Amino acid sequence: MELFFTQLTNGLAVGGIYALIALGYTMVYGVLKLINFAHGDLFTIGAYLGLTLLASLGLTGYVGTAGGLLFLALMVMGLVGIIGILLDRAAYKPLRNSPRLSAVVSALGASIVFSNTIMLVYGPSPKVYPQGLLPTHVFYLFGLPVPIMRIIILATSLFLMIGLYVFIQKTRTGTAIRAAAIDQGAARLMGINVDRVIMLVFFIGPALGGAAGLMVGLHYGQINFTMGWIYGLKAFTAAILGGIGNIPGAMVGGLLLGVIESMGAAYISNAWKDAIAFFVLILILIVRPTGLLGERVAEKI
Amino acid sequence: MSFSGKNIRNGIYAAVAVCWIAAPVFLSNYQTDVLNNIAIYALLGLSLNIILGYGGMFHMGHAAFFAIGAYTTAIINTSYGIPVLWLLPLSGITAGVFALVVARPIIHLRGDYLLIVTIGMVEIVRIALVNNIFGITGGPNGIFGIASPQVFGHPINGIVSPGHYFYLLTAFLAFTIAVFYLLEHSRYGRALKYLCSDSIAAEGSGIDTSGYKLSAFVIGAFWAGMVGNLYAGKITFISPESFSFWESVVMFMIVILGGAGSIPGVLLGAILIIGLPEFFQELQQYRLLIFGIALVAMMIFRPQGILPPKPHTYPVDKLDEKEVTL
Repeated sequence: MELFFTQLTNGLAVGGIYALIALGYTMVYGVLKLINFAHGDLFTIGAYLGLTLLASLGLTGYVGTAGGLLFLALMVMGLVGIIGILLDRAAYKPLRNSPRLSAVVSALGASIVFSNTIMLVYGPSPKVYPQGLLPTHVFYLFGLPVPIMRIIILATSLFLMIGLYVFIQKTRTGTAIRAAAIDQGAARLMGINVDRVIMLVFFIGPALGGAAGLMVGLHYGQINFTMGWIYGLKAFTAAILGGIGNIPGAMVGGLLLGVIESMGAAYISNAWKDAIAFFVLILILIVRPTGLLGERVAEKI
Repeated sequence: MSFSGKNIRNGIYAAVAVCWIAAPVFLSNYQTDVLNNIAIYALLGLSLNIILGYGGMFHMGHAAFFAIGAYTTAIINTSYGIPVLWLLPLSGITAGVFALVVARPIIHLRGDYLLIVTIGMVEIVRIALVNNIFGITGGPNGIFGIASPQVFGHPINGIVSPGHYFYLLTAFLAFTIAVFYLLEHSRYGRALKYLCSDSIAAEGSGIDTSGYKLSAFVIGAFWAGMVGNLYAGKITFISPESFSFWESVVMFMIVILGGAGSIPGVLLGAILIIGLPEFFQELQQYRLLIFGIALVAMMIFRPQGILPPKPHTYPVDKLDEKEVTL
């Protein structure tokens, strides 16, 4: 029971991170029908930028730990968001009218460029985050341990997800994003500036991914330049699991995948932990390609 | 003989082939080993080209088939002592059967999803190898002590005398080019290219699209498995690291940058991607960065690759009387 509960909280914390990254995939997919392979590397950039800013500015010294981390998160999100827009300009915008697979190859190239740039700038060895910024103590709920750090991670990701959901559902700009996702041409005819919507999507998605990168740094304490692609693939699996192009789907898929993975690691085999997500991915694409709540991706033969 | 474009092209191919065959005489062992690597990747690129170039399926898990071929050879050779080259067909068959089982349910996925699933497949295979599946793969350490191949009783050691191994690989490469050239110009190859450019029209013309796609997958995997055999015989030691996702990316880049669907293009891609970095040793750490930029730039400026396939032409004056239907 204790193992189960530990794995559940662990899975939910990781799942929240997957969900945040998955939102970036799903939003870009929703509007452009493009799998942004470089998204995982934007997540890594977030983690590294967070580390640099944390070390160089020493914000937590001036405004307290909580305020400093909040400010740090906003800066990381802004910067990664801008990198996201630049990525779109450089690698995807010239290919808007090309076959979709050209854009996928371009995305792959961009991903290679990002991960190698990080390696050249920061070196190939893993980097360590300063410890003790997040509270590490554990409280007990009905005698079961709940590490407070996991609660903070989960709460932060839930907060960001709910914020995004409200933004998409309730504001005018959010409505424009939804309209552009349904039919770009019709949205244009209705006077929506679709190019601006695409820019916005390439800001919000990477910003959330950057926040996830920062959270991984703070939670696990160690980051490396290749982590983007494994997190990216898992987050993509989460997006598919929930139904790609569907924002609540990405949230549900992320949390679910996190729990499935940590349960699988505990009860099936820890050595196969990374393979579990891929089995889930293959299984869901074969059995229910629409995801739990979403669009159809397989052609009938 | 007139100097038409075709003659000039054939002349260039012949000159390149002669230079290639004569090269080991003038090169050091290390340089010959680089040529051997180019040959192995050229073979892998050609086998992937069947799936990606002709079939148009975005498959990024080719290293999995390569790995299965290499491990089949390694396990049977080290356990039962059967000579490496005898295992060549068997390595291909295991990889082909694996492809048949794996590809059947995923073949109908739309392009970019197929890409993701094949990445998942190659990762699962690698994790399985690391975890010593069935207790025969040697785990993360891999398998060592694979015998060198023997030709007419002469062992050909890929490490001590790369020059000898070079000719073994070149012979297999020539055989591969001939087979794939015939395949490309056969009814089968035309059908594959047709369904790649317009699958609905192809299906309307009576082509069994899923059957053709599946068979392209199996042929590509079969060939990659055979290359795995030659690779295992060359370095006599294999471990899961040799078959990572990045190997698949390199094969993918060879085909895409060189020219998907074009045999000379894939060969050029292998020479550029494997051979060129050797000339710029001091830029070694920037290698992948440059490839990444090249991928993006190619997709924007020349998405068909450096040497794209020539469209098939049917000159009217060379048609048979009975073929002219008007």
